[in-house]
Amino acid sequence: MNENLVNDNLVNIQNLRLSFFTPAGEVKALNDVSLFVREGEVLGIVGESGSGKSVTAYTLMGLVPRPGRLIGGEVAFNGHAIHLMTERELRKIRGNEVSIIFQDPMTSLNPLYTIGNQIMEGILLHTNKNGKEAKERARELLQLVGINEPEKRLKQYPHELSGGMRQRVMIAIALACEPKLLIADEPTTALDVTIQAQILELMMDLKKKLGMAIILITHDLGVVAGTCDRIAVMYAGKVIECGTTDEIFYSPSHEYTKGLLQSVPNIYEREHKKLVPIEGQPVDMLNPPVGCPFAPRCRSCMKICLSKMPAYTNISDTHYSACWLLDKAKFEKEKAMLDAKGEAGNE
Amino acid sequence: MSNKKLVEVYNLKQYFPVSGGKLFQKKFVKAVDDVSFYINKGETLGLVGESGCGKTTTGRSILRLHEPTAGRIIYDGTDITRVNMLPYRRKMQIVFQDPYASLDPRMTVGDIVGEAIDIHKLAANKNERRERIIELLSLVGLNSEHANRYPHEFSGGQRQRVGIARALAVNPEFIVCDEPISALDVSIQAQVVNMFEELQEKMGLAYLFISHNLSVVKHISNRIGVMYLGKMVEMAESEELTFHSVHPYTRSLISALLVADPVVARNTNRIFLEGDVPSPLNPPSGCRFRTRCPYATEVCAAEEPEFKEVSPGHFAACHHIDKVQ
Repeated sequence: MNENLVNDNLVNIQNLRLSFFTPAGEVKALNDVSLFVREGEVLGIVGESGSGKSVTAYTLMGLVPRPGRLIGGEVAFNGHAIHLMTERELRKIRGNEVSIIFQDPMTSLNPLYTIGNQIMEGILLHTNKNGKEAKERARELLQLVGINEPEKRLKQYPHELSGGMRQRVMIAIALACEPKLLIADEPTTALDVTIQAQILELMMDLKKKLGMAIILITHDLGVVAGTCDRIAVMYAGKVIECGTTDEIFYSPSHEYTKGLLQSVPNIYEREHKKLVPIEGQPVDMLNPPVGCPFAPRCRSCMKICLSKMPAYTNISDTHYSACWLLDKAKFEKEKAMLDAKGEAGNE
Repeated sequence: MSNKKLVEVYNLKQYFPVSGGKLFQKKFVKAVDDVSFYINKGETLGLVGESGCGKTTTGRSILRLHEPTAGRIIYDGTDITRVNMLPYRRKMQIVFQDPYASLDPRMTVGDIVGEAIDIHKLAANKNERRERIIELLSLVGLNSEHANRYPHEFSGGQRQRVGIARALAVNPEFIVCDEPISALDVSIQAQVVNMFEELQEKMGLAYLFISHNLSVVKHISNRIGVMYLGKMVEMAESEELTFHSVHPYTRSLISALLVADPVVARNTNRIFLEGDVPSPLNPPSGCRFRTRCPYATEVCAAEEPEFKEVSPGHFAACHHIDKVQ
C-alpha cells in the first residue's frame, strides 16, 4: 500500500484483526485489513457473504457483533481513535459524525414509534435544537429524501410505508445530523429492481448536496459500477484488491476479481456466451486455507500460493492487489527458499 | 428444442381469499389474473417481475401446488387441471428458491434424493436405488460420499445442487425453477446457471425460469414473459424483448438494471416509475400499470388493454404501443 496516501484521510483502518470466538473455534473474520476513505469519496466494498465487508464497516462505529473481539490494528475516523474509545464516547459519534443504513428497512425501523419520532431522536440527542426545531428539521429531511406529504408521514408508523419509502426514511435518519461518513450496508438488496436504482440515485444526489463520504457495502457489482470512486474487493477477511472503479472493472489484476466479473451475465451481449464460473466452494472460515485464501479456487494457483499469503503489489498509485502472479521478484526469492527447504527435507 | 408445445396455460386465474374489512365480506387477492402462455419441449421460458407480481404463484399453479381458481393447464396434450397429479409429478418438477429451507434437515442427502425414487417405485432393489442416487449426485457435481451427509454440512451452492438432483430423480421433462439462484453467492450463481444449461442439453429439459434478475433470465431463456400485478404485460424472444421492448413497464425494468460496467452505468438514462406497486387486493381499473405509467390516458383507466401480437411472436398489452419511444 502506498504510505503517503494514508495521511489526512477521513477514515484510516490499519492492519485490523477481528475474530469471532465461537464454540466451534476461532473465526478470523478480519485478517489484517487496511483501508482508507478520503473526505467526500465513495468507497465500495465488494465481497461475498462472510468475506468481512460488513464487519469492517461496523468497526467504524465501534460496533463489534458478539462473540467477536478486536485483536489488533487501528481504526481512525475523523481524528478519533475509534478502537480506543469507550461506549460513552462512541455514542457521541454514532448517528452524528458517522451513521449507517442497514440492508433491511423492514426490520431496522422501530415499529412502535412514528417516523417523526425516529428521525427526531438523533437530532434531539446530538444538537441543541428543541422539539419544535427538531420537527421542522425532520420535515426538511423527508423532503430531501423525496417523500411527498412529509407532514402526514411524520405521524405515520413504519408498517404504513412501502419498502422503498422505508429505506428513504432510513436515509433521512442517517443524514439527520449531517454526518461526515455514511455507511450503506447493502442498501438496495432487499428492494425491488425498479426501486434499487432510485435509492442509489438518491444517495448520490445527497452526496453531491451534502458532501459526505460514503462506504457502500454490496455483493452486487452492478451497484458499485455506477456509483463508486474506488472499490475494495474482499475475500475471506482480507482486502485482496483495491483500486479506482475503472481499474477494478477494466483492468482487474486479482484472479478473484477477474472471476467475479466473468461470472455475471451482461444483458447487452448479443451472442450467447457461456458464463465462466469460479469453481469450488466458498471458504470455510473455521478452517481457512494456509497461504492465499483464494488459492484452492484459483485457476492460476501455484505451489507458493498454498503456503504463503502474498503481500500487496502496487500496480498504479491508486491500484494495489495481493497476488503472487504480480510480484515476480518476491516470488522468485520465496520459490528459491522453498526449493532449498524442499531439498533439505529430501536429504 | 422442438416446436411441440409441452405445457400450455389458458386464462389461468389464481385468487386467494383474505378476510375483508367488513363482516361476511370476502375479498380476494388476485395473485394471477387471466394469464396464458405455452412452453415448448426443451425450451426455457423466463418469467420476470417485481415481488408480488404473481410469477411464483404462476409456477406453482402450473404444478397444481395451488389449485387454480380458473383456467386450463395442458401438459403434453392432456388437460391436467382436474386430474390426479401423481403420474404427472414424474414429469413435472420444481426447484425452490431457498436451499436452506427446502431440504429436510433430518434426512440425509441420499434419502432426500431417494424419496422420489421410492414414491414412484423407480428402483427394483436397494442396490439399484443406491446406484441411481450416486448417478444423480454426480450429475449435479457432487460425489457418492455426500449421500450420507445431512443438509447442514453443505454450503448454499451445494444445497441447491441437492435440490436439483432431487428434481431430476424422476427423469422429468419439465422443471419450474423458482428463483433458484437468488439465495446464492455471486461466484456460485454462474456455476448453477451453467449446470441448468448443461442438464438441458443433456436431457432435453424444458424450464420455466422464474427470477427478478433480468440479466440472468435473458442469459438462460429462449423467450421471456414480463408480469405486473398478476397480469402478463409483454412476452417475446429474449433478444427481441431486451432490445425492442414495447411495453412501458418492460422498458423501465430494463432501464433500472444495474449493469456491472461503469461506462454503461454512467450513460444510462433511467426511466423512473412514480409511486409504488398498487395493492393486488384493490388493483387499478383498466390497465393495472396506469397509475405508474408515463403514457397513461383516460382510455387506460376505462379499458383493459388486450394482450395482442405486435410483431411475430411478440405480444404486449398496452393501449399506447405506437406512442412508446
